[in-house]
Amino acid sequence: MYPDDRKYSKDHEWVKLSGGEATIGITQYAQEQLGDVVYVELPEVGRAVKRGEIFGTIESVKAVSELFCPMSGEVTAVNADLSDYPEVVNSKPHDTWMITLKLGDPSEAEGLLDSAGYQASLG
Amino acid sequence: MGTSSDATDRFVRRHIGPRPADRDRMLEAVGAESLDVLIDQTIPKSIRLPRPLELPEGESEQTCVDRLRRIAAKNRCYRSYIGMGYYGCITPAVILRNVLENPSWYTPYTPYQAEIAQGRLEALLNFQTTVIDLTGMDVANASLLDEATAAAEAMAMLSRVSRGRGRRFLVSPHCFPQTRAVVAGRAEPLGFELDVADPSTATFSDDVFGVLLQYPDDSGAATDLTETIARAHAAGVLVAVATDLLALTVLKPPGEMGADVVVGNSQRFGVQPGYGGPHAAFLATRQAHIRQMPGRVIGASVDVHGAPAYRMALQTREQHIRREKATSNICTAQSLLANMAGFYAVYHGPQGLEAIGRRLHRLACVLERRLERFGCEQRNAEYFDTLRIGVGSLELAARVPDAAEAAHLNFRWFDDGDVGIALDETSTEADLDDIVAAFGKALGRDPVEAGDDAPGEEAFSDGVARQSAFLTHPVFQTHQSETEMMRYLKQLERRDIGLDTSMIPLGSCTMKLNPAAAMLPVTWPAIGDLHPFVPVDQAAGYAQIFAELESALCGITGLDAVSLQPNSGAQGELAGLMVIRAYHHHRGEDGRRVVLIPSSAHGTNPASAVMAGMQVVVVACDDAGNVDVDDLRAKAAEHGAALSALMITYPSTHGVFEEAIREICVTVHEHGGQVYMDGANMNAQVGLTSPAVIGADVCHLNLHKTFAVPHGGGGPGMGPIAVAAHLAPYLPRHPVAGPTMARGIPPVAAAPWGSASILTISYAYIRMLGADGLTDATRYAILTANYLKARLEPHFEVLYARPNGRVAHELIFDLRPFREATGIDEQDVAKRLIDYGFHAPTVSFPVPGTMMVEPTESEPLEELDRFCEALIAIRGEIQAIADGHADRQDNLLKNAPHTAAAVVSDTWSHPYSREAAAFPRPFVRAQKFWPSVGRIDNAYGDRHLICSCPPVEARGED
Repeated sequence: MYPDDRKYSKDHEWVKLSGGEATIGITQYAQEQLGDVVYVELPEVGRAVKRGEIFGTIESVKAVSELFCPMSGEVTAVNADLSDYPEVVNSKPHDTWMITLKLGDPSEAEGLLDSAGYQASLG
Repeated sequence: MGTSSDATDRFVRRHIGPRPADRDRMLEAVGAESLDVLIDQTIPKSIRLPRPLELPEGESEQTCVDRLRRIAAKNRCYRSYIGMGYYGCITPAVILRNVLENPSWYTPYTPYQAEIAQGRLEALLNFQTTVIDLTGMDVANASLLDEATAAAEAMAMLSRVSRGRGRRFLVSPHCFPQTRAVVAGRAEPLGFELDVADPSTATFSDDVFGVLLQYPDDSGAATDLTETIARAHAAGVLVAVATDLLALTVLKPPGEMGADVVVGNSQRFGVQPGYGGPHAAFLATRQAHIRQMPGRVIGASVDVHGAPAYRMALQTREQHIRREKATSNICTAQSLLANMAGFYAVYHGPQGLEAIGRRLHRLACVLERRLERFGCEQRNAEYFDTLRIGVGSLELAARVPDAAEAAHLNFRWFDDGDVGIALDETSTEADLDDIVAAFGKALGRDPVEAGDDAPGEEAFSDGVARQSAFLTHPVFQTHQSETEMMRYLKQLERRDIGLDTSMIPLGSCTMKLNPAAAMLPVTWPAIGDLHPFVPVDQAAGYAQIFAELESALCGITGLDAVSLQPNSGAQGELAGLMVIRAYHHHRGEDGRRVVLIPSSAHGTNPASAVMAGMQVVVVACDDAGNVDVDDLRAKAAEHGAALSALMITYPSTHGVFEEAIREICVTVHEHGGQVYMDGANMNAQVGLTSPAVIGADVCHLNLHKTFAVPHGGGGPGMGPIAVAAHLAPYLPRHPVAGPTMARGIPPVAAAPWGSASILTISYAYIRMLGADGLTDATRYAILTANYLKARLEPHFEVLYARPNGRVAHELIFDLRPFREATGIDEQDVAKRLIDYGFHAPTVSFPVPGTMMVEPTESEPLEELDRFCEALIAIRGEIQAIADGHADRQDNLLKNAPHTAAAVVSDTWSHPYSREAAAFPRPFVRAQKFWPSVGRIDNAYGDRHLICSCPPVEARGED
């Protein structure tokens, strides 16, 4: 259910690490809780974000959730498809990336959960 | 008791639903020997009023209406040419009779249950389209409270859009004075620096994020703003323009000049000035900024059958979802008046509106020419309907007011001696004669000298003339005969559930009777025709109504002074918090910036606190749903000298009279904070307890809840605040008219007494019921809620109650237990209730997954029992799913609401009968309400935003 090619945050984001870069999206659990996603607000390329900081929001019809950044870095890319097709977050959450970061401190990954750890945290 | 004629027709028996025998049956069901015993069990003894209310005795409808007629006769209806955003107009009789005077249009609630609100949703969409077309913008909302607060909202919006570029906001000196005052009052707590600067010469420096312009301006000048706007944009500054819809029928719209946001009010589209209101303001903007727009927005979507359906779109911007991060605190707006303005546009169509505009402009040109022959100088190089007349000398200017007074005319008096004259739709050639005669008398000139010929050209250049078409959608072409218009209004009305259909048990909305007698004065000329800025001696009738109403509200709240200015509950919250802020400021305690707000509070509370420049600290609720007193004490102590106020609703939004309320208020006061009470639940207080007794320093009252002003489909509302004596010096002032306390906070509304004309409704309600009747209403409100609890708690879990099981005037049923066993949630129950002919209770506030029920005192026992029958039947339908007798997906609830089209279709594939779907109980058969659409796809609507009238092909008629 939760692929082991990546790490997970307790705020229900997944993080794929590669070199000094991270690709970030939200998990199956998160999209289920949200319901039908209608809008995703993402930061501009070039913005610096700290771990734990809000980097965007994700809206369903009845709720707005903040997206908390799992690691610190600089935003290098933002998924532009999400403005026209926000629903892919629901249908393919683990294949839908939101932002990529150039990492400031790759060792922060140690604070993230692995697949089994995240699955267990969902209880 | 009253006179013998009154004794046979006391209004209280018309207002209260249950009859004496019904009351006894209900008391038996709840297990109380009498109403008094029930009240003793419900309201803590420590907060009971020691004495009955001291109010005049109740009177019959006839007596009250007669008295109001005599009071209204003290208003003097001069002809007013003051302008400044308020103009005489003609309400088409077909709209007056079928909309404003029609309970089918004024009793419904805000259209959250869209499937049973398609009529007024379409009407609001017409309004949005009217605004979009006339202003030349991309999207518009479904109304704001007035032009001045709309301008303030525009300022806040531009700040969000510009993402904190700077803190300075420029306001043109040519904006209406009340607009400038309200905007200044809203800017300060947000940390914006407001500068009044002439846009044509202003420097748009890096720290400026936006500018507000007025077009046509305060003098009536219609200057092309294209260059100014371009200059602002070149400097990275965003532009808001306040404008006039009628002017835009002949003048170039701000949207074509590059404006980013356009605001104004639609009052002159068939809604009387009403001595300040109500009327619908508007805000329009570009597509890119739609998510930053405040207020409700109606959008088009589809239902489960793929048919076009309207809904409230992008609700995630609003306070009920985003709370302190909302785009605005606005909740109740001005829907009824927006509908009227939209219908005015539908009825006249683009040709009719343009004809009104051109005729009006021509009259203004004639007047200019005639006055110029007296040697006057008209200052506006270009104008629409408003002239600014220079009389020649200050001595001559000083004579004009007397001449005007003698002729019963009101003009706009400028400080430099100039006279403003704003003509309007009602102006005739005879009116021009009277104006000319008055000026002639003042200037010692013979009116004959002025002549009476018609001018050749228009008084505005081609550059500023409107070239573009507007209102091209067929709806603005096809309802121009009265028969067509009447039928259109009726067809729309039939799609909506209002109080004229059935009970609307929305928790915290208090959907009680809006007495017809109380609605009569609103449409009297003596009440409706007055311009808000006429000299107060012309409004002696209103002054008496204000004084008596304020006195009654002081009596009811136990507090000492009232401001009638805030024109909604949320507006009252903001006003009350600003009053508290001013109080702390004057005591040298500016550091008090923290507002404690329970997690169960209505979304407007945190949203208002943010707008008042406060920091929101949430106080937890305990397992019983009450404010966690330990958490409150801890947070009050933690913030200590930084504590500004506590905002509390009482009884709580959970429907409980919390025992600890006095202790809570004392704790806040001990730390130097003030207590703000949200008056949404006053229907459980009046006559039995009061805000003063529980310890509040200030409260707002929702006149459109407890005090019988109709909900109008989402407004109008009124939210006056009552304050203790120590806060009275800080009540809002107004620059043009009305209260002028030296320490008063800036105005919170465009008009000094808010939407003054509808105050007559609450006035009449209070007078007709009197002290006894008002207290009885409260008792019955509590009885009906406890009755529903007794009948329904065997079937649904009640979420919160007092330890002895009593609830206040509302209660919450928990539907969450059904979710896991059956997949049914509160939305499914809400939609299935439509099949039974009922509007759902409040779903998902204050607790998600629940429904909050408030029957009110007006519902007869028969209706309460029908509602119970419906819910009990639905409970059975849910049980069938749990037991495996009904399918988890294809069932009566998931497929609700069932339309007539679905039920009569040749193909019926559901595992239950059509009869079970549409006529689930015998009583439904007798009074069936058919939803016009099936369940609406909300996600589709928010993903594919369409916020103006969709093309006719999309309506799916075949």
